[in-house]
Amino acid sequence: MFATIIEPLQYSFIQRAMMMAIMVGVICAVVGSYLMVQRLALLGDAISHSLLPGLAIAFILGANIFVGAFIAGVISTILIKIIHTKSNLKEDAAMGIIFSAFFALGITLITVVQKENKIDLNHFLFGNILGVTWGDLRDTVIIAAIVILVVILLYKELLFYTFDKLGAQAVGLPVNLLDLGLMMLIGLTIVASLKAVGVVLVLSLLITPAATAYLLVTRLHQMMFLGVGVGVFSSISGIYLSYFYNLPSGPAIVLVASALFFLTFLFSPTQGILTNT
Amino acid sequence: MNGVGSLEIHNLGVAYLRLEALTGISVQVQPGRLTGIIGPNGAGKTTLLKAMLGLIGIREGLVLYHDQPLQKQLELVAYVPQRSQIDWTYPATVWDVVMMGRVRKTGWFRSFSPTSRRLVQEALGRVGMDGYKDRPIGQLSGGQQQRVFLARSLVQEADIFCFDEPFGGIDWKTEKIIFDILHELAAAGKIVLVVNHDLGESITNFEDLILLNRKLIAAGKRKNVLTDNHLYRAYRGKVVFL
Repeated sequence: MFATIIEPLQYSFIQRAMMMAIMVGVICAVVGSYLMVQRLALLGDAISHSLLPGLAIAFILGANIFVGAFIAGVISTILIKIIHTKSNLKEDAAMGIIFSAFFALGITLITVVQKENKIDLNHFLFGNILGVTWGDLRDTVIIAAIVILVVILLYKELLFYTFDKLGAQAVGLPVNLLDLGLMMLIGLTIVASLKAVGVVLVLSLLITPAATAYLLVTRLHQMMFLGVGVGVFSSISGIYLSYFYNLPSGPAIVLVASALFFLTFLFSPTQGILTNT
Repeated sequence: MNGVGSLEIHNLGVAYLRLEALTGISVQVQPGRLTGIIGPNGAGKTTLLKAMLGLIGIREGLVLYHDQPLQKQLELVAYVPQRSQIDWTYPATVWDVVMMGRVRKTGWFRSFSPTSRRLVQEALGRVGMDGYKDRPIGQLSGGQQQRVFLARSLVQEADIFCFDEPFGGIDWKTEKIIFDILHELAAAGKIVLVVNHDLGESITNFEDLILLNRKLIAAGKRKNVLTDNHLYRAYRGKVVFL
């Protein structure tokens, strides 16, 4: 048993994948907790799909794809806000329009350049954690450090703001800055997670661990810690499943997280549907 | 600049798109007097509170406290929003919510001081929620939720207290606790403003009233505001008992 667990770790690509998976599991659960309590799950989906053209353009220009993705995320968020505030359309409609348009643009761009370059659309869509480089790892370490530091430093302000926006504004907290800060955290987290699970599945790592924890505990920071546990466990076991059974790694991670969610949904001591009838 | 002076609202106007929500509101709110904001549904009571605090944009007007714009001194204000504005499924305990009242005083990048913890503990006792500090907020009754918010406003150590419909859908015990504390705050010389849509018996708790219907109908001592003529103009003959 022990030998089985150790065996894949002798490969350096597996070591890198593990490190990537752990970091992504941590920051996705933390930032995803904010998405969930603010009922912004769809925004996470919108931002992640919108990153695709940024990735593609950065790739074509030879720029850092993290930077490209982040810029695309910012532009799409701003467009969503403009459509939402300058018309009577609701925010979810605005998100639906923008994210599908950006996603379509991204797929078109990647398909066009795919012919001349050796890149694979699937890696953008579903991640390629076994192909993580030391450079990717370094970028992710930097992003994870920023995200965690900001959450620790602004924890009490963000708790107040996400619970009661009007109340926070009424005591003079800079709510627009806090909102912008949260959007940045979400954007950075998604960008950092793309190598691991891709734009389509990143939503699962953001929402599922946080939602699983929500069914078990009652305070935001507990939800974050437990969510991190769920996220990291899913990431590591997903990679093992991927290694031993030759499964695609991103979907394997997501399936483990989803299985944990459904177990909790059925058996949570306080909110499980089978344990609370 | 010490002590509590009056709060002056000058010619305040608010418009939503082309709808005039409030026009030309000028009124002085006195410290030490429990002041109710009353008027029919859609009269702009909540809008007045929000506009005073800069929570919504205003079209014109000025709100002064100690001759300075109130919006530059929001640390002196404790505001309790309507209970319906809050997501009660949020993962937070009673303790977490009352502690939010100490966020501004604590300042950026710092953790809560022992003084803050003591104030929160005391406030919970004062609103009769002593044994509830670890309770998730979603598991409280409406009255208990309202008392938690009252405790949050108390720990802010504010000069000006603004409550938006604190008496909606609560039990008589909570109503008594809230009125007792509002009277104590007024007696301590604070400015206490309460949006209230109920014109029943409880209105005798208020010393001053502000009667609105998109415009200011009357303001001042309760007796002088609650005249047949004023009420008729505010409610257009749709009420009233008393």
